[in-house]
Amino acid sequence: MNRRAPRRWAAIALSGLTIGALAACSPSADPGTGGNGGSGSGDEVVLTWWHNGTGEPLLGFWEDVAAEFEEANPGVRVDVTAYQNEELQRTLIPNQLRTGGGLDLYQQWGAGELAAQVEAGFVKDISAEVSERVDQMGGVVAPWQFDGATYGLPFNFGISGFWYNTELFAEAGIEGTPETLDELYDAIEALKAAGIVPIAVGAGDGWPAAHYWYHFVLKSCSPEILQEAQVSYTFDDPCFEEAGALLEEFIASEPFNPGFLATSAQQGAGSSAGQVATGAAAMELMGHWNPGVMGGILQEETGDENATPPEFLGWFNFPAIPGAAGDATAALGGGDGFSCTAWSPPECTDLLNYITSVEVQTRFGEIGAGIPVTPGSEAGISDVNLLQVLEGLQASTYVQLWLDTAYGPTVGGAMNEGIVNLFGGQGSPTAIVDNMRNAAATL
Amino acid sequence: MSLTTTSTGSAATAAGPVPPSPALPRASRSRQKSRGLLLIWIFVAPALIVYVTFVLVPVALAAVYSFFNWNGLGALDRFIGFDNYIRALSDPIFLGAMTNNFLIVVLSLLIQGPLAIGIALLLNRPLRGRALIRTLVFVPYVLSEVVAGLAFRLMLPPGGPLDTMLTSIGWTGDKPLWLADPDVAFWTLFAVITWKYLGFAIILMLAGLQGVPEELSEAAAIDGASWWQTQRHITLPLLGPTIRIWAFLSMIGSLQLFDMVWILTGGGPLNATETMATYMVEYGNGRSQIGYGSAVAVILFVVSLVIALLYQRYVLRRDMRGAITRG
Repeated sequence: MNRRAPRRWAAIALSGLTIGALAACSPSADPGTGGNGGSGSGDEVVLTWWHNGTGEPLLGFWEDVAAEFEEANPGVRVDVTAYQNEELQRTLIPNQLRTGGGLDLYQQWGAGELAAQVEAGFVKDISAEVSERVDQMGGVVAPWQFDGATYGLPFNFGISGFWYNTELFAEAGIEGTPETLDELYDAIEALKAAGIVPIAVGAGDGWPAAHYWYHFVLKSCSPEILQEAQVSYTFDDPCFEEAGALLEEFIASEPFNPGFLATSAQQGAGSSAGQVATGAAAMELMGHWNPGVMGGILQEETGDENATPPEFLGWFNFPAIPGAAGDATAALGGGDGFSCTAWSPPECTDLLNYITSVEVQTRFGEIGAGIPVTPGSEAGISDVNLLQVLEGLQASTYVQLWLDTAYGPTVGGAMNEGIVNLFGGQGSPTAIVDNMRNAAATL
Repeated sequence: MSLTTTSTGSAATAAGPVPPSPALPRASRSRQKSRGLLLIWIFVAPALIVYVTFVLVPVALAAVYSFFNWNGLGALDRFIGFDNYIRALSDPIFLGAMTNNFLIVVLSLLIQGPLAIGIALLLNRPLRGRALIRTLVFVPYVLSEVVAGLAFRLMLPPGGPLDTMLTSIGWTGDKPLWLADPDVAFWTLFAVITWKYLGFAIILMLAGLQGVPEELSEAAAIDGASWWQTQRHITLPLLGPTIRIWAFLSMIGSLQLFDMVWILTGGGPLNATETMATYMVEYGNGRSQIGYGSAVAVILFVVSLVIALLYQRYVLRRDMRGAITRG
C-alpha cells in the first residue's frame, strides 16, 4: 500500500462529510417532519420557541415558563430563544417558515402579516384547541384571527400614549397632564422655556414617528372608515390628508430632540427611550412596553442588573382634539402574541394555552413587562403606569391596531416612509397617502 | 512590471501537469489517469458544492424571483415580467441610491487613492517608529464593520463625544448634525468609510512599493534626480499594477457597500445615505417584497459585473497578460 493512500481516504471522508453537512443544512422537503422541531430523538418532543424578549425581565421569564412546561410534560423539551425584534420579524421568521421546519412557536404581531403567513399555509388553525381561551379573552384576539379562524393568541396588549418625566414637568411648572392638543402645545412651550427638550422621537426607526400620524388619523377618521381601509386598502377619504395637516402643524412647533431623524427608538442612552430614561427629554409617545425598554437601557448604562424603570415616569393618553371627526374614545394600540407553525406538534398549543393561562399571565403582569390579556390576571399589574394604560385601554370604545401592522409590511412600510419624510420637511400630507396607494397597487 | 509577469509566467509553467512517462504500459497509464481525475474531483468537489449551492444557485433563484410579484411566503405564481425592473429604475429613491454608490466610487478613487499612495510613500522611508505607525494605520481595517459602525454611531449623536471634543478645542458654536442632517450625513458616511478602508489601501501600496527595485532609485539619485522626481518617474509607474488592482477592489467594494451604512445610518436620514444594497434589503426584505428585492439584486449584480468586465478588459489587461495560462 502506498503511503499516500490514507491521505486520499481522508480526502474522500472529508468530502463525504461536507456533502453530509450540506444535506443537513438543506431545508426539510416535507413540512410534516418538522425539521428539528417536533420530532426529537426517541420519544422526546422538541418545541422550538422564538420570541423578541432579549432583555430582562422578559428573557428570564420565558425561560422559566419553558422550564415549568417541561417539568409538567415529561418527554417534552422546549428550546426557547430570544432574537432582536426587527431581525426576528423581518428576516428570521419569514425565512424559517419558508423552510417548512425548525420552528414551532413564534412571535406573532397579527393582522396583515398573519394574513400573509396563513395564506401561504404556514400557520396552524388552533380554533378548536384554544376556543375556551378565545371566549375568555374576547375581542382582543381579533388581530390573531383570519377568516373566522384563530391562528394565535396574544399575551400582551396595550395602547400608546405619552410617557413623561414628572420631575421635568414640575420643573417647567406644568400642572396636571395635557388633556387637549392645545394643552399639549402649552406644555411644549413651557418645557422649551425651561430649557428642556420637550419630546424625544426615534424617527430613525420610522415607526415611532409614524405613531404620531396614526394618532392624528384616529382623531380625524371614524372607526368605520378605518375598518374599511384595512380591508380594501382605499385611502380616498379626506380624513387621511387632514391627519397629515395636523401632524405638519405639530412638527412645525419644533417639539422634538435635536437630530431626531437619526435617533433610534430603543438602543442605548441616545435613543428616544434612553433620552427620557436619563432625563434628557421630557416625553415620548410610545407603546405600553416602554417602561420595560427603559429599565433595560438603564441596566446596560449603569451596569446595575437590578435597575428598574425610572421612578419619575408618568403616563397620559394622546390628548383629544375638540371637534375632531374621529371617535374621541378611540385608542391606538397593539399587542404581542404567539402562533404555532402548521407542522408543530400538538404540544405547541398546550404550551400556548399555558402561556396564556391566568397563572402565567398574572406573573407576566407582576414582572412589569407589559399588560396581560387573559381576564383575571390584571391583579398582577403593580406598576402604576401600566395600570393607567390598562385604564385607558378599558375606557376606549374602539382600539385601532398599529396601522403598519394592520396594513402589512408593504403598505405599512411605504406609509411610515412618507410620514418620516414629513418629519424631515421633505414630504406632504398628500404624499403620505400617495405612498400608501402606490404601495397598495403593487400588492 | 516585466519582472512580475515573468516570474508569474514561469511559476505557472512550473506548476503545470507533468507529462506521463512513456515507459508505462497503456493499461497502467489509463488507470493512473482516471485515478488522477478522481483525485481532482475529490479535491474540487467540496469547494464546488459550496460555490454552486451558495453562489450560483442563489444568483439563479434571484433572477427567477425578480420576474414575480412575491411576498416571500406564498406560491411563486404571479409572473409580472419586467415590472419589478421598471419599478426600480423609475423609483427616485433607487436612482438616488445608485447615484450615491457611483459618488462613493468616484470619491474613493479621487480621495482615498492619492491619500493612500502619499502615506505609503512616507511610510516607505526610513522613519523612527515606522512599524508602529504602519500597525496603527491598519487597525481600522481589522475592526469589524459592525464594531466600527457602532463606535461611530455612539460618537456622532448631537452633543455626543465628537461634539464635546470639538467644543473643548474651541468650536463653541452649533455643530452640524453629523448623522441626522440629510445634507451632512453622506459626507460623514464617506469620512467613516475612508477612515475604515484607507489602511487597506496603504498596506497594498506598501506591498507594491516593496516590488520596486531599489537599484532604479539609486541610479536616478546618481543621475541627480530629486526625491520627488524619483517618485514621480520611477516609483509611481512601477506601482501602476498595484494601484490598478486597488482601484478595482475599491470600485467593487463601493458598489456593494452595505454593512457600514446599515449600522451607521440605515440608509437615512430621508434616504440620504441609501446605497443599492441597503435599498435592496429595506425595500425587498423589510417590506416583504422579495420579488422586487430580487430585481434590485439583479440590477446590482449586473452593474457590478459590467463594470468589473470593462475594467478588466480595458485597464487590467496589461497586468493580467502572462498571469493567466491558456491551454
